[in-house]
Amino acid sequence: MSAVTKEPATAVAPQAARDEGILGYLRGYGQKVRGGDMGALPAVLGLLVLCVVFGLARPVFLTAPNFANLLTQAGPVVVIAMGLVFVLLLGEIDLSAGYTSGVCAAVLAIMLTTHGYPWYVGVAAALATGLVIGLLLGFLVAKVGIPSFVVTLAAFLGFQGTVLWLLDEGTNISVRDSVIISLENEYLSPAVGWGLAAVTVLGFAAVQLIQQRNRRRRGLKADLWQVVAFRVIGLAVLVGFAVAILNQERSRNPLFSLKGVPIIVPVVGVLLLLWTFVLRRTAYGRHIYAVGGNKEAARRAGIAVDRIRISAFVICSSMAAVGGVLLASQARSVDPNTGGSNVLLYAVAAAVIGGTSLFGGKGRVLDAVLGGLVITMIINGMGLVGWSSAYKYIATGVVLLLAASVDAFSRRRAAASS
Amino acid sequence: MGTPLLELRGINKSFGPVQVLRDVAFTVQPGEVTALVGDNGAGKSTLVKCIGGIYPIDSGDYLIEGKQVSVHSPRDAAQLGVEIVYQDLALCDNLDIVQNMFLGRERRSGMILDEPTMEQLASETLASLSVRTVKSVRQQVSSLSGGQRQTVAIAKAVLWNSKLVILDEPTAALGVAQTAQVLELVRRLADNGLAVVLISHNMNDVFAVSDRIAALYLGRMAAQVKTTDVTHAQVVELITSGRSGALGLAEEGAAA
Ligand SMILES: Nc1ncnc2c1ncn2[C@@H]1O[C@H](COP(=O)(O)OP(=O)(O)OP(=O)(O)O)[C@@H](O)[C@H]1O
Ligand SMILES: [Mg+2]
Repeated sequence: MSAVTKEPATAVAPQAARDEGILGYLRGYGQKVRGGDMGALPAVLGLLVLCVVFGLARPVFLTAPNFANLLTQAGPVVVIAMGLVFVLLLGEIDLSAGYTSGVCAAVLAIMLTTHGYPWYVGVAAALATGLVIGLLLGFLVAKVGIPSFVVTLAAFLGFQGTVLWLLDEGTNISVRDSVIISLENEYLSPAVGWGLAAVTVLGFAAVQLIQQRNRRRRGLKADLWQVVAFRVIGLAVLVGFAVAILNQERSRNPLFSLKGVPIIVPVVGVLLLLWTFVLRRTAYGRHIYAVGGNKEAARRAGIAVDRIRISAFVICSSMAAVGGVLLASQARSVDPNTGGSNVLLYAVAAAVIGGTSLFGGKGRVLDAVLGGLVITMIINGMGLVGWSSAYKYIATGVVLLLAASVDAFSRRRAAASS
Repeated sequence: MGTPLLELRGINKSFGPVQVLRDVAFTVQPGEVTALVGDNGAGKSTLVKCIGGIYPIDSGDYLIEGKQVSVHSPRDAAQLGVEIVYQDLALCDNLDIVQNMFLGRERRSGMILDEPTMEQLASETLASLSVRTVKSVRQQVSSLSGGQRQTVAIAKAVLWNSKLVILDEPTAALGVAQTAQVLELVRRLADNGLAVVLISHNMNDVFAVSDRIAALYLGRMAAQVKTTDVTHAQVVELITSGRSGALGLAEEGAAA
């Protein structure tokens, strides 16, 4: 065989292919973005634009009390969106996640208020309910073979009815347990806030350094130290800034102090860490991406595809249960509307705005947090500006469509550039 | 000639009422490239998927290194050292090269994926195959050219101390240069002592790299011959009519 063995355009030895220096790194990033892989960019730009627009329209938008509000307001949507990321990664959808959180919240309220169990029993019951719901949905999708769109649309209706039934056709059950209430209504003391910030930044820095050192020791290409430093310092500035603002006194009443990081922040932080670890560092997470990218390839690689699909629905519904607990905490009660109206739409929008693809195979748990903040800022800002519900609905719908267009667009870009 | 690495005897396979494979016998020697040829729909891909455990065989013997085995899943096949590069590429576009090569068999330390080890092994495997055309093993597969993807799929197959590598039309979608590259890689696998099965419609490719040719005709094995013993024309005849002079299937009726 007299073969031409080189493709001129790409004939580079692996080692020689490094784009050297900061410029090379930036060029690589630019290429990625132009190729359709925009990562967190749209969400971050969205956050900045919203801050400017609403900040100019209503200066109160950019104050410490509103910032704290925003974070507690975002909690339930972010948590439900985190679960949805798993289902979306498979290219599936769970339209019932909102009402799943409603059902689980109702179970929680009944356990706590009607039966007087302690908070952990109530939370365990809510989580168990979510788990069972996830198993059922996953079974119907993966084993029976009904499209997830249909299964969860049916569940959407069914669970709406279930909430009504659990609440005796519409009574409102109040939640008074102090632990549950604290989740969305209490704040860390300033010192604890700073402590947590320090632990977060130092932990992140340690993980980064260990990873880079391991790679270097194996002779693998490591990230530039400038890039690593930028990441760590960036996080430190961001976290430090947020804690500094949240530790300001927010109460106008001198007899009563209101300051500190909302408790929901570390709660979301822990969930973010947990699920990011699962998705990025475990074989299970890798298999989720594989099934979402190419189900048949995953099957041929020996991955138990059905089990992966069922598990994603279980995670989604269980996270919806956590979201339900937060909704109950936020409202201090559960009624037939808990988890209803816009909750699901907001959660899906959050994941998609953050950069999770509706086509499967692409997404991160962090997307849920970033997108959830964007969505909450829109809702919060429109409330402050005083728009009517009519405009709020329309604006939210438009934003979801915009995010989905960005998704479809980057997918086309990625397909065209390969 | 020693024991064949793979020996199939009397393989039958039906999809519902359609019998796709009929009493197929097939042997593959280590250190050789065996070309599997046949017209569209002859059953080549089906035979390969039976070998790879994707489809269960209805009846027949499946021997690896002279020992009878039963293969019910891709995992069983992999355990026996059988790796297949499928016609419809089995790569995940949204994962990078390393992730694809280790898919389903990730290296771990404890619970955590051992990324440095996987990256190192993947690089070494690509280097051992003298693959120099990929920029970075952390590139997403979606950004690779057809030839590069095929290269990754082949490298994935040899990563596992495999004994038998089967390639289903690895060059079908490739240009001249990339085809030559892949064929060279195929030859190198056999020269390294692996048993290689190459499915191809291209007679030039078949004669360029193969040691033996097996021709399927309408789900039956028409003939399995040494490449040096036959001409282009004879192989084409085997493919199109199942017979060529003394070679091939007997007249209708006597064959079954
Ligand atoms: N899953 C299936 N169910 C039913 N029939 C099938 C299935 N897979 C293949 N067949 C049939 O089996 C026959 C052989 O198909 P196969 O894909 O093995 O052919 P092939 O030799 O690989 O052809 P090609 O050269 O076009 O790839 C065809 O008639 C096809 O329609
Ligand atoms: Mg075929």
